[in-house]
Amino acid sequence: MTTTNPLALNAVALSKQVTSPEGTLTILDGVSFAIERGCSVAICGPSGAGKSTLLALMAGLDSATSGEIWLDGTELGGLDEDGRAALRAHRVGFVFQSFHLVPSLTALENVMLPLELDDSDNPRTRALEILDSVGLAARTSHYPHQLSGGEKQRVAIARAFAGHPTVLFADEPTGNLDTATGDTVVDLLFSLNQQQQATLVLVTHDETLAARCDRRIRLAAGKLVASD
Amino acid sequence: MVKAVKFGLRSLWRDARAGELAVLLAALIVAAGTVTAIGFLTDRINQAVQRQASEVLAADVRLRSAQPIAPKVFATADRLGLNSARILNFPSVVYFGDESVLATIQAVSDGYPLRGEVRIAPNLGQAGTKVDAIVPSGSVWFDSALLARLDAEPADVIEIGASTFTIGAILTFRPDQSPGFSGFSPTLIMNIDDVPATQLVQEGSRVQHYALIAGPQASVERFISEFSALKIEGVRLQSRGDAGNQLNNAIDRAGRFLGLASLISLLLAAVAVAMSARRYAYRRLDTAALMKTIGASQRFILTSALTQILVIGVIASVIGAALGFAAERILTTILADLLQDDLPGASFAPFVLGFGTVLILLVGFALPAILRLGHTPPARVLRKDLLPAPTSAFITYGFAVLALGGLVYWSVRDLPLLLVILGGTAITGLVLFGVGRLLVFLLSKRTGRVGVAWRYGLANIARRGTESAVQIVAFGLGLMVLLVLTIVHNDLLRGWRATLDATVSNQFIINIQPDEAKGLVELIENEGLTTPELVPLVRARMTHVDGVAVKERQYDAPRGRRLANRDANLTYGNNLPASNTIVEGDWWGTIGSEKMLASSGSTMPTAEHHVSIEVEAARSMNIELGNVLTINVAGTEISATVTSLREVRWDSFEPNFFMVFSPSALAEAPQTYITSLNVSDEQRPALRTLVRAYPGVSIIDIEAALDQVRRVIDKAVLAVQVVFLFTLLAGVVVLFAAVQSTLDERRYESALLRTFGAKRRTVFAGLATEFTMLGFASGIFAALGATIVGGLAATQLFNMPLTINPWLWVVGAFAGAVIVGVSGIIATRSAVETSPMTILR
Repeated sequence: MTTTNPLALNAVALSKQVTSPEGTLTILDGVSFAIERGCSVAICGPSGAGKSTLLALMAGLDSATSGEIWLDGTELGGLDEDGRAALRAHRVGFVFQSFHLVPSLTALENVMLPLELDDSDNPRTRALEILDSVGLAARTSHYPHQLSGGEKQRVAIARAFAGHPTVLFADEPTGNLDTATGDTVVDLLFSLNQQQQATLVLVTHDETLAARCDRRIRLAAGKLVASD
Repeated sequence: MVKAVKFGLRSLWRDARAGELAVLLAALIVAAGTVTAIGFLTDRINQAVQRQASEVLAADVRLRSAQPIAPKVFATADRLGLNSARILNFPSVVYFGDESVLATIQAVSDGYPLRGEVRIAPNLGQAGTKVDAIVPSGSVWFDSALLARLDAEPADVIEIGASTFTIGAILTFRPDQSPGFSGFSPTLIMNIDDVPATQLVQEGSRVQHYALIAGPQASVERFISEFSALKIEGVRLQSRGDAGNQLNNAIDRAGRFLGLASLISLLLAAVAVAMSARRYAYRRLDTAALMKTIGASQRFILTSALTQILVIGVIASVIGAALGFAAERILTTILADLLQDDLPGASFAPFVLGFGTVLILLVGFALPAILRLGHTPPARVLRKDLLPAPTSAFITYGFAVLALGGLVYWSVRDLPLLLVILGGTAITGLVLFGVGRLLVFLLSKRTGRVGVAWRYGLANIARRGTESAVQIVAFGLGLMVLLVLTIVHNDLLRGWRATLDATVSNQFIINIQPDEAKGLVELIENEGLTTPELVPLVRARMTHVDGVAVKERQYDAPRGRRLANRDANLTYGNNLPASNTIVEGDWWGTIGSEKMLASSGSTMPTAEHHVSIEVEAARSMNIELGNVLTINVAGTEISATVTSLREVRWDSFEPNFFMVFSPSALAEAPQTYITSLNVSDEQRPALRTLVRAYPGVSIIDIEAALDQVRRVIDKAVLAVQVVFLFTLLAGVVVLFAAVQSTLDERRYESALLRTFGAKRRTVFAGLATEFTMLGFASGIFAALGATIVGGLAATQLFNMPLTINPWLWVVGAFAGAVIVGVSGIIATRSAVETSPMTILR
């Protein structure tokens, strides 16, 4: 493990197959690419292209059938599930289309959660600070069901950036939001990313959103068809 | 670890406030409450019932000896804080004017009886009332037979030995009045202090000395062991375990009924816990996946989930135990009044049982679901359809079976009962599952020409395939146990009570001389009583078995030696008595004697006469089919081959015998007759006429003894009914848990349907169809299961004939449809009433 590795992510001949009653289904087929530190990348493609699967593999949420994924200098295939979780706690942040906040925790507690899991110092102070920076200082004690969609996503962004991640994965972050709210959330995402110099990996259908990224990786039917 | 615990506690608190824990908590509270209440109640009823058993001895322990019982025995009892009393029992002639009768004198000391009660009446034919003190010095209490024989009245003065006494009252009941018929003679009770003055008890007199001991169970057990250590010759110790057969049977059955009821409640509670825990774990999958995504380890997830479960368990135990305790207090108050005596204090064990039950239920039925949570794939945050790999069947069922087996064993300590119920439940479960799948298959073919609501409802059952089948199993099992209880409650209990109904014999007439037989039967008929069947009675002593002297034979049990070496009452006849069943060999009435002799298979020379022996007695005396028994009847030796062994229902209250000979053996022997009669209260004066006409015969009134048995049964019935209510409650929770388990999905579907324009009524009707059909199917097959389990229980455990109740099927199907339909609608009402927007957002 090294923090000076110039690559935040490196995918080598990545394949994912699943067995179904109809036979073996190839979802990703020999995908290779590298992502430098601090850069923002959009993963685009039509539905069923394998975008979400690729995201899951890059974040170590699932394991590849063959090929390698290096996340911040660590090969994920060499880690067990708990090892990958520990790596995520240290270096990875997530923003999801459907927010995925813990319903039983307040906004503040949701943001504190990854900090506590990672044994960070003063998780409360850090969480309050980042909630303030996403404009939710007044909503810290609210539960997810008391927040609007935009607010939920802002809590999710605060949670994702709270631990200073090396890589931030975002899965259709504006998918459940109206255009205006979506734009605000995206602005926030990019500005925090810039501030923290994290690597942003974004799965999206939205070409406008993709255009805001430094690079675009295009998938079709499980294959990498274009990368700029 | 600490973080995981903290996280678990924090989420638990939030979940609780959001009402997420309601069903699981309710299931556990009902389980703990039920088990605690039933435990307390069973405990108390058992103690009360055991105390009732003690009444047969008038004590917890009774010592009997032909010699005065050593003072050190009483000193031991005293030291252990036990109560004691003494009885002298001897025969003596009682004189009144010119009349004299040989009577049994029971001289009692202060404190008698230590258990049970003595009842006396001011005169013949009047109801007896309980007395608190023993008969005062100078007075005696006569039983009705003695009074009738002497033609005396209360307040008359009679003579016994060198003393005179006043008849103080009529003795209507004493607890240690043996309910058998042998050895009975007219009895009176006197104060033990009056015995010396009669000068009747001298060296060599035929006197039985009794010591009665009673007190707390632990001390009594201590006394028994210390007494054994004293090794006093010639003293026989009887504890309540050895008490009368009738009561033993009744108590045994009472214990089984209570055991059955609490077992069924446990089973229901377990089902409810398993279902609600599954949902509880399912609802936490998303959070678990998210936690893993943001870096939580599997251990963290498990620790926090286990913390939650443990806390839920503790809370449920405390609330449940408290509720159970409160319920038991109320029940005790209600029951104490009906039982007419104070229920003894409950022991602490049921409290522990409540706590233990919840923990075991959680481990056995919730833990597998919780463990699965640790295996949640983190990628579920991206794809909702990802589920953790199912826990191995071994873990899931192994835990459940172990947990249930342990609990059941702890609560009923009855292996056959456990196996019958678990076996019946398992078989029914499998059948239900198969039938559930069949129903689902049939429904999937029948969605054509019905209304939209029906189609939606039926399609729901069909579409959920396995899930529907599982629900049919769950509903079916719940209903089955309720139906089993109904059978137990109605058919079995009625059957049991019927063995002691108002027409059972309550009077035995003994000492009927052969020349009196005809006249006595005529007199009984003239008095309007049922014509009695006279049974011959022959006194005899067994001398040899297969030519070996009885005294020289080996016996495995002391009871065998005792039975073999005593003067016995025998009978003979051609017909097998109704309350007897042949278990080995053949009755001589049914086959030719040559064939019978050949079939006995003995290599010993066979005798021309036959004898049938009660199976337990035969085993304790080491006697088998084919043995030749020699008996001495008034100096004549008679031999007979053992050609059958019988089971005898001693609680039938009919004259029954250990040995029954073929008529050829004993027809010429000196004999008397005995008979039994049912005499109602209005017919009682007839008994007086009878005694006056035949002063030589003795009438034994066993109405009081019968009453004692009935009281035990009534206590048990009452307890079972109370327990039944708890079980019903547990059953309802199961139904709710089952419906709740699909609630999320239903909410979503109902919202979708309404969004697409379905009327609320249509959605409702669809749900009603689905649940009613599920309930109907469950009910039918629950009836099948209940018939099988109830039948097994009746024939294997309660020794009662199998009764098929057609109403069970009607009630099962109807109750299933209504209960499941209504609770389904109640439980899913929120799904239909919540605004579609709230759910779909």
